[in-house]
Amino acid sequence: MALAEETAIELGTMPEAAEALAEIRAMVQPCIQCGTCTGSCPNEFAMDLTPRHMWRLVLLGRTEDVLASRTFSLCSACYMCTLRCPRGLPLTEAIGRLKQLAAPRHLPHLRSGDLFYRNFIDSVRRHGRVREMEFMSLYFAQMMNPWLPLRYAGMGMRLMRRGKVALQLPSRGSGRLAKLFEKVAEMENRP
Amino acid sequence: MKYLYYPGCSLEGTAREYDSSTRAFMTAMGADLTEIEGWTCCGASAAEAVSELLTLVLPARNLALAEAMKPSGRDILVPCSACYLNLKRVEEKTRVSHALRDRINEALAADGLAYQGRTRTRHLLDVVSRDLGAAAVARHLVRPLTGIRVAPYYGCQCLRPYAVFDDPESPRSMEPLIAAAGADLHPWTMGAKCCGASHMNTKMEVGLKLVGAILEAARGADAVVTVCPMCQMNLEAYQRQVARQSGTDCTMTILYLPQLLGLAIGLSPEALRLDLNLAVTGAFLEKLQHTATAA
Ligand code: SF4
Ligand code: SF4
Repeated sequence: MALAEETAIELGTMPEAAEALAEIRAMVQPCIQCGTCTGSCPNEFAMDLTPRHMWRLVLLGRTEDVLASRTFSLCSACYMCTLRCPRGLPLTEAIGRLKQLAAPRHLPHLRSGDLFYRNFIDSVRRHGRVREMEFMSLYFAQMMNPWLPLRYAGMGMRLMRRGKVALQLPSRGSGRLAKLFEKVAEMENRP
Repeated sequence: MKYLYYPGCSLEGTAREYDSSTRAFMTAMGADLTEIEGWTCCGASAAEAVSELLTLVLPARNLALAEAMKPSGRDILVPCSACYLNLKRVEEKTRVSHALRDRINEALAADGLAYQGRTRTRHLLDVVSRDLGAAAVARHLVRPLTGIRVAPYYGCQCLRPYAVFDDPESPRSMEPLIAAAGADLHPWTMGAKCCGASHMNTKMEVGLKLVGAILEAARGADAVVTVCPMCQMNLEAYQRQVARQSGTDCTMTILYLPQLLGLAIGLSPEALRLDLNLAVTGAFLEKLQHTATAA
């Protein structure tokens, strides 16, 4: 698959991805490949790898294949697999780690999720609270897909009519939680 | 019954009626809510996709603020399931790892805050079903919702991974409350199934499938009740898209639990901000008209 190859090349220059994956591997080491996670997942129908298969690849250290798949980005954190895994593994949390591993790599197949979360978090940094309309407009602008906002336009109008969201221009400034965010970034970048 | 109150970002925006109805219902039931001063976003589902430490520090900031409020000893009441889980996770993790608490506190110090681990976060459904209880709702009953059939929708994160007040796979805590309101139960097995959470924003096709299955199973009910702004939005805002995709009509009234219970104890639709809901059908309002106020 062209996408997988493209992604693999990109990851080849990032050896630290393999290192981070080792931590995630430790979280799921006791997996017995029973498939309960797959059978419990409401999003499995849309995934390219089943959750069980993805954990197998994590255990084998196949970083490129894991990150090239959409499986972890399709997790909606319902915690059903975590609840049911017979080995009691923290699967939803491990998927969160995979999302964190993928985020800074800007993988093309994960773009919409990346942009959504980045704009959301940026809104939090600046205002302390999320301004729903502001971050949605930034998200739409950066997706550069003119059809996308139309899918939400009807809903947006209904929300505006009820005064639930207001049109807001993105505000500037260092931000209400900037110090806290800087500190967290500094702590996470320590060797 | 005194609680600290963490509304969370949605309840200031798209879920304002959840905020209004929670406050109105809880107050009418004799509870006292004090908003946490200076609260900020808990990180929602976004922080986890970006940074592990931020996922813990953003909610911890609010726990630290709550802890500093006097008088101490009040539980934190949270209506949003995603906020609830984020706050709860920090409580659970720092309880077993003091090293983690120290790490969080190192970050919080940048804001002049510290968290000692003395808070107790509770979901609204936990408080309503166990602190208030169905018997209290029955005692306050003014307008029995006779003939209205309700499907209880719990979603995920108030149930899992921390099973605090209900069965995480087959929850039932709303059933006695619905009965106490004089309404009928729509029996179904979708109450604890996932609505897709933020998929509607990033992967709409997948989200529509999950929501479609829930709305399909709700057919025959007069309303679905929710206890989370994200579940509510997913179930109420995309009914037209679901219908287009599946070719079947799935129009359904979607209410927040305190709106349903609020109606039963005699609060007005205005006070409960039913006008802000995106999906309240004419058929539902007509049925509501026919429920007599006993007072
Ligand atoms: S449920 Fe647990 S043990 Fe079974 S395959 Fe999934 S991760 Fe492995
Ligand atoms: S937590 Fe994620 S991976 Fe696990 S069952 Fe739910 S959606 Fe699937």
